[in-house]
Amino acid sequence: MKYKNLMITLYYKVLFMSRQNPVRPGHPGGQLETLQEISDIKRIMERSSRFISLSGLSGIAAGLCALTGAYFANNILTDYYFEYNHSGYTDQNFESLKFKLLMVAGIVLAAALILSFIFTWRRAKQNHLPIWDLTARKLMWNILIPLISGGLFILAMLQYSEWRFVAPACLIFYGLALVNGSKYTLTDIRYLGYMEITLGLVNTQFTGHGLYFWAAGFGILHIIYGVLMWWKYERQPVKVNSH
Amino acid sequence: MTYMKNPINGLNKVFDNRIRLGVMSVLMVNEEISFNDLKQMLEVTDGNLATHLVNLEDNGYIKVHKGFIGRKTNTTYAVTKAGEKAFSDHIAALENMIKGVK
Repeated sequence: MKYKNLMITLYYKVLFMSRQNPVRPGHPGGQLETLQEISDIKRIMERSSRFISLSGLSGIAAGLCALTGAYFANNILTDYYFEYNHSGYTDQNFESLKFKLLMVAGIVLAAALILSFIFTWRRAKQNHLPIWDLTARKLMWNILIPLISGGLFILAMLQYSEWRFVAPACLIFYGLALVNGSKYTLTDIRYLGYMEITLGLVNTQFTGHGLYFWAAGFGILHIIYGVLMWWKYERQPVKVNSH
Repeated sequence: MTYMKNPINGLNKVFDNRIRLGVMSVLMVNEEISFNDLKQMLEVTDGNLATHLVNLEDNGYIKVHKGFIGRKTNTTYAVTKAGEKAFSDHIAALENMIKGVK
């Protein structure tokens, strides 16, 4: 957005000057006409390059889904290890553990996606913006490249029973996806991406605690990010009742 | 600053039109864009947009690329060097107009 700052400067200059309203030849509106022209350019440039309807509430919802999922996964794991210590390792128990964990992961992913979509869709509607346009497509595509690569990479690791780096890989690839996508939406999301990547890298040194890192990255960070974004962009000024 | 010699100086007649100005604004921040995306972004009708695109093309400000997605034609538009220059000059002229008020 090389023109963005220029536009904002212009905007205030024009607002300040508008009372003097000198006549622009051929334009009866004069200065106001120029103001309109400049704000049009600014609005169109912004709207055509970034998907700005992403809602902070989506982040909070996704975070809560992740925390709920982590709680259930933790219970499932505790039960498994309880069995393991009492009756030893059985293929059947291990298969059932894998199945249950995958179910939880699938449900969490679906719930998080659906809820995030609902809040973002609602915000787009409130702002009278299309939910699916050029900017949404660009954002989606740029997020999906690292995300799908990461997903396939993790499946390949599981194929060789390499489970230790599943949580770190989830966090790192997700972080990379956010950094990549930040060029096409609110730039703040880049910082969430940096945090996820860092958390993932730290996690590589504490491989036994993947679930906690996973809960921190997908749960807590999402909630913090969501609250901050909601506060910054969506909060309605509180109406004070005066008597 | 002294009062502007001529405030209209540097303002580009081609950008007098809202739609043409809109097309240029979109193209300045997007490498390449399809007809349908432009239409959705600017909320204009097919015929109206097409006329203004032809005008911009005739002025050498945009270049048109006709491609195919399957059997459907997919026409995309991009800004030319000349268009970029003309648009920047137009912005500069607008800025000068406001400065000139002092």
